[in-house]
Order: sequence, then C-alpha cells, then structure tokens
Amino acid sequence: MTLATDDPGALPIVRPGVTLTSLSETVSGRLLSRRPPLWWWIGFGFASMLLLVLIVAVVNLFVAGIGIWGVNIPVAWGLAIAEYVWWIALASGGTIISALFYLTRSPWRAATNRIAETMLLSAAACAGLMPILHLGRPGLFYWLFPYSTVMGVWPQVRSPLWWDFTCLLCYILMSIMYYYVGLAPDLATVRDVAKGRARRMFYGVLALGWRGSARHWRKHQTVYGIMSAIMAPMVVSVHSVVGLDFAAGLTPGWHSTQFPPYFFFGAVISGTALVAMLTILVRWGYGLEGVITDYHINALGKLVLLGSVMLAYAYLFEAWGPIYGANVADRTEFASRIFGFTAPAYWGKVALNIVVPQALWFPAVRRSKPALFVISGGIIVGMWLERYIIVVSSLHRNYMPSYWGDYYPTVWDWAILAGSIGLFLTLFFALLRIVPIVAMSEVREIIAKDGAP
Amino acid sequence: MAVFGPKANLAVNAALVGAGGLFLTLLLMIWVVPVSGYNTLERYVPVQPVPFSHKHHVSGLGLDCRYCHATVEVSQNAGMPATKVCMTCHSQIWTNAALLAPVRQSLAEDKSLRWTRVYTLPDYVYFDHSIHIAKGVGCTECHGPIGDMPLTWKATTLYMSWCLSCHRNPAPHLRPLNDVFDPHWRRSPETPSGAQLMAAYHIHPKTLSDCGVCHR
Repeated sequence: MTLATDDPGALPIVRPGVTLTSLSETVSGRLLSRRPPLWWWIGFGFASMLLLVLIVAVVNLFVAGIGIWGVNIPVAWGLAIAEYVWWIALASGGTIISALFYLTRSPWRAATNRIAETMLLSAAACAGLMPILHLGRPGLFYWLFPYSTVMGVWPQVRSPLWWDFTCLLCYILMSIMYYYVGLAPDLATVRDVAKGRARRMFYGVLALGWRGSARHWRKHQTVYGIMSAIMAPMVVSVHSVVGLDFAAGLTPGWHSTQFPPYFFFGAVISGTALVAMLTILVRWGYGLEGVITDYHINALGKLVLLGSVMLAYAYLFEAWGPIYGANVADRTEFASRIFGFTAPAYWGKVALNIVVPQALWFPAVRRSKPALFVISGGIIVGMWLERYIIVVSSLHRNYMPSYWGDYYPTVWDWAILAGSIGLFLTLFFALLRIVPIVAMSEVREIIAKDGAP
Repeated sequence: MAVFGPKANLAVNAALVGAGGLFLTLLLMIWVVPVSGYNTLERYVPVQPVPFSHKHHVSGLGLDCRYCHATVEVSQNAGMPATKVCMTCHSQIWTNAALLAPVRQSLAEDKSLRWTRVYTLPDYVYFDHSIHIAKGVGCTECHGPIGDMPLTWKATTLYMSWCLSCHRNPAPHLRPLNDVFDPHWRRSPETPSGAQLMAAYHIHPKTLSDCGVCHR
C-alpha cells in the first residue's frame, strides 16, 4: 500500500510543535471542557430533532403496521432494506480504515481511526435497526436466534439471510470490543488529565485500571493485533454476505456472482467517503489541525478514489452480464434500470460515484478540504441511490410481465431515512463528548518515532 | 492522587463476575421459562360452568367419545354436545342436582352452555380433527388420559415443537382405526407395527412437516 508514502516531506503526519503533553491536553481538553462548543449544540440539537422523527415513525410503524410504507408486491423490499445495506456499508468503511490499515502499519491511520470507529458503531446501530423495522412482525425478530425449544425448528442455515444475521451480530459485537480495547489507554489518559472527582471516577471506571505498565502494553498490543487480524477479513465477509442476500435470490439483476465483491467495493468507497467528511468536520470543530494534517486528507482522498475505480469496474461488470448473456429477463430488467423507472437514480449514481470522484486524481482537489467534503457527500448520496436501484429495479421487472410494478416510497419511508440519519448523528455527537476522538496513544508513537520534541 | 484504592479491584471483579452471571442466568431463562408449566399451562384445569367428569362418564359409564363430540370424524372441530344431548340422560337422572342447575337453565332459556376452552390454537394454525382420526391418531395421543380426568386439564404444551414431534415421526403414535376412541388402549403383540400402519394409512412424513401443512 503506497497510499501513505508519497511526498512525506511536504505533508507532515504530525505538525511540528505538537508534543506528547500538548497532544494529551488538546484531545482530552475537548472532552473535559465544561461547556461544549456552539457547533456541538447546533449539531446535537439538529440530530436530536431528527431522532425524534425516527421515534415517531417507528412508533407509528409498530402500531399501524408495515402498510404505512410504500412496499407491496412486487416491490416487497423497499427503502428499509436499501438503507440497511447503505448503513452497513458505511459502517464497514470504518473497519476497513481502522483494522486493515492497522495491519499495514499506515501512519495516517493513527489520528483517524477513532473517528472511523465511532462512525462505524453509530452506523452499525442504524444498520441493525433496519431489518427489524422491515419485518412484518418486529417482535418476533428473535426467531433468528438458533433457539428451538418452543417451535422445534432451527433457522434455515442454507439461507444467506441467516448468514447475514450471524455475520452482522458477530461484527457489531466484535466492533464494540475492538473499539473498547483501542480506547483503554486513551481513557486512562483522560482520567489522568481530568480535574473533578466525578469525571476522574467516570473515566477511571471506563479505563478498567489501566496503568500503562510494560505488561499492560504488551498484552494490549497482542490483543489489539489479533483483533485487527480478525476484523480485517471479517469486514470483507460481512459485506460479501450482504451481497449474497441478493445474489442467492433468483431475480434478474440480483442472481450474479459479482455481488459479494461489488458490495465490498461499495463499502470501501462509501465508508471512506463518510470518514473523510467526518474527519474534516471534527478536525475543524475540535481544532485538531496539529494531528490531522493534509497528509491524512490526502490519504483519505486517495482511498475514496480507489473505491471509485473499483466500483466503476463493478458497474461495468453489472452492465456486461445482461449484454453478454442471453437472458431476456436480465436484459429487460437492465434496460429498465438504465432507461426506465430508475434511470434518474442510475445515472445519478454513475455521476456521483464514478465521474465526479475522478477529480481526486488531481492532488490539488484531493488536498482541498471543501472539494473532498463535497465529493464525499455526493458519494454518500450516490451510494444511497445505488442501494435503492439494486433493491427496487430488480423487483419491479421480475420474470413475469404480469408481475411488474413500480414502487413509490411514502412519507413514512422518508421519515425512517431522515430518522436513521438522526440516530447516527445523535450517537456520533454524543460519543464526540465522551470518548477521545483521536487515538492519543498511537499518535504518541508517531511523535516519538519521528523524533519530534 | 489515585481515584481508586486497592479495594476497587475487588469491586470491579465482583461486577464483572456478576455481569457474567447475570448474562448466563438470562440465557438459561430464555430456555427454561417458555417450557415451564407456568408458561405452557400444562396440567392446568380451567374453571367450567359445570364440573364435568370425563372419568365418570367415559371410564365409569362407558360412553363413547362420539356420543358427545359427534362431529370429530367429519369436521375440523370435534364439536361440543348440545344441552339436549346432556338431557338425554339428565332429564331422567340427577334431575334436581344443584351441580347441573346451569344445564337445566340452558335448556329452559334455550341458550348454549359456555364451556371454557382448554385447547386453544392460534388462528394461524390450521388443525383438523377428522384427518387425525382417519389416520389412526387416538384421542389420548393429544388429550392425555382424558378418560381418567375428573376435571379436564390440558395434557400438552401445544407448542409447535410438540406438533412436530409427531409430524416428523408419526409411527409410534398410530393405532388401528378400531382403537382410536379407546381411552385405555395399549399396544399389544398383535397390533400391527407403526411402519405397517403408516403404509396402510398412506402417511408420508417427508411432506408432513412442510410449513403449509399447518400454516395455510
């Protein structure tokens, strides 16, 4: 991976002047200040209002039933499933950055991995919610557990939907533990910097008695290395299995061998795009220019570009299948996808995910924070469109022409989308005030290695 | 200055062990609570308007099941007896018994007795008595020792796992058609084997546990 090694002199990983003590004080100080900054209140207030929308929408859904949504036969999977895939892809991006690039020892990972993992957990919460909301009987979701005392029936282990449930559950549990193991030394730093007794108690309990002894570090590094080595392939498998949910369905446009890598490529681009956006915002909001430098922005920009190129390959292959194959249903479905009902969304996703991100080939664009922010925002929207198309387009032109139909989301579909964004932002803003948003222990390593004062 | 003293370690360890224990307890309860009698109402005796005794009428007097449950061979429902069926005897015997006052009242007012249902199945389960009778499933397979019950109680959990235990392996639960209504029937050396009965009744367990058999 040469992403992080070009032109190292021009773009320092840590700005000169950042010392071991100033780092601890800057990062911990953001958490320990009595009054959160104004931007935090605005953001958190906005997020909470959206969260309220989610609560209203979910209560209405549970009381009135799934009929308030636009889903019906033939398009029985609607926005909820599209958004499930969307959120889990965003979450996966966080793991790719924190686990994969830990294994490659990429130095830019140190200052951005906490942001990526915080995003991961917030997005995973939204992703986990969607399939449950989508169930006609949400109260019976526990039937997915291998638990047969009452019904005498085990889950169908040959179904990708069940693999998906298993993968997602393991992934979320593993992500929480990975997050916490990485946090332990930083929580101890906050505990040591904190002044009031209540805060020291709070972070003291969270730090689980971390004292920073050589033994602690040795065990910590061993565990963290093993967990990274598990997480990196795990994230590939999680999103591949989400792809198999579709690929195993005998539906034109879904039944394709390319789906697992296709979905993983989507996770790479959308996840890194969201990390880039949040990194730019957190860097500005918390004044972390010293540790999150142009080096990081540059690296994230390249990663987004890599994702875009990989996704372009998947899009080409998606078109190649129906063109080269002789399946009438596939061709009909694909024609409707690019020229018919979903055409605006299709060309929108091509523009936002493939065409516009090519601007990142230029270093000036890549290192410009506003440009990277806007391009990344476009990718997030584009990836939503992609999930929408995958779910809706195939179902609305299935094999039987008598079975064709369109899908129009209702206001409650959109309320769930807005609300899930609210849940994500609320969790992210709340965690911004609780956890050190830069992995201080890892940045210290870089400062010490580079011989800075 | 340290926030926590050495005693804190004990507290943390106790909390961790406690949390682990709580988790295991919850896990155990997920398995145990659903099968507890408290939850399944197994052996539960609902209160009935008249304390009818199957033991007295069936084992004592020798009434056939079908004397009262007349539609069991031809219908989904076994059928509850009309008050006039009760009165075939009780217009002659125990005519002044206080226990039977609701029955006489029912006849006088021409209003059905409202028995409390003992076996309740959810609406999404399709169940048909007649096919079970026709394929040699005796009454006591599901209703337990009904002929010896002084008051009627629920003999099974009615859980899907219970239904499936027979639908997946019907052979041990079958008997010759002549013995279906015998509340004290026992397999004897002369009884045809389960496999023979399955063949005679054309029972195919492979399709018997398909979802659509009961969830139509």
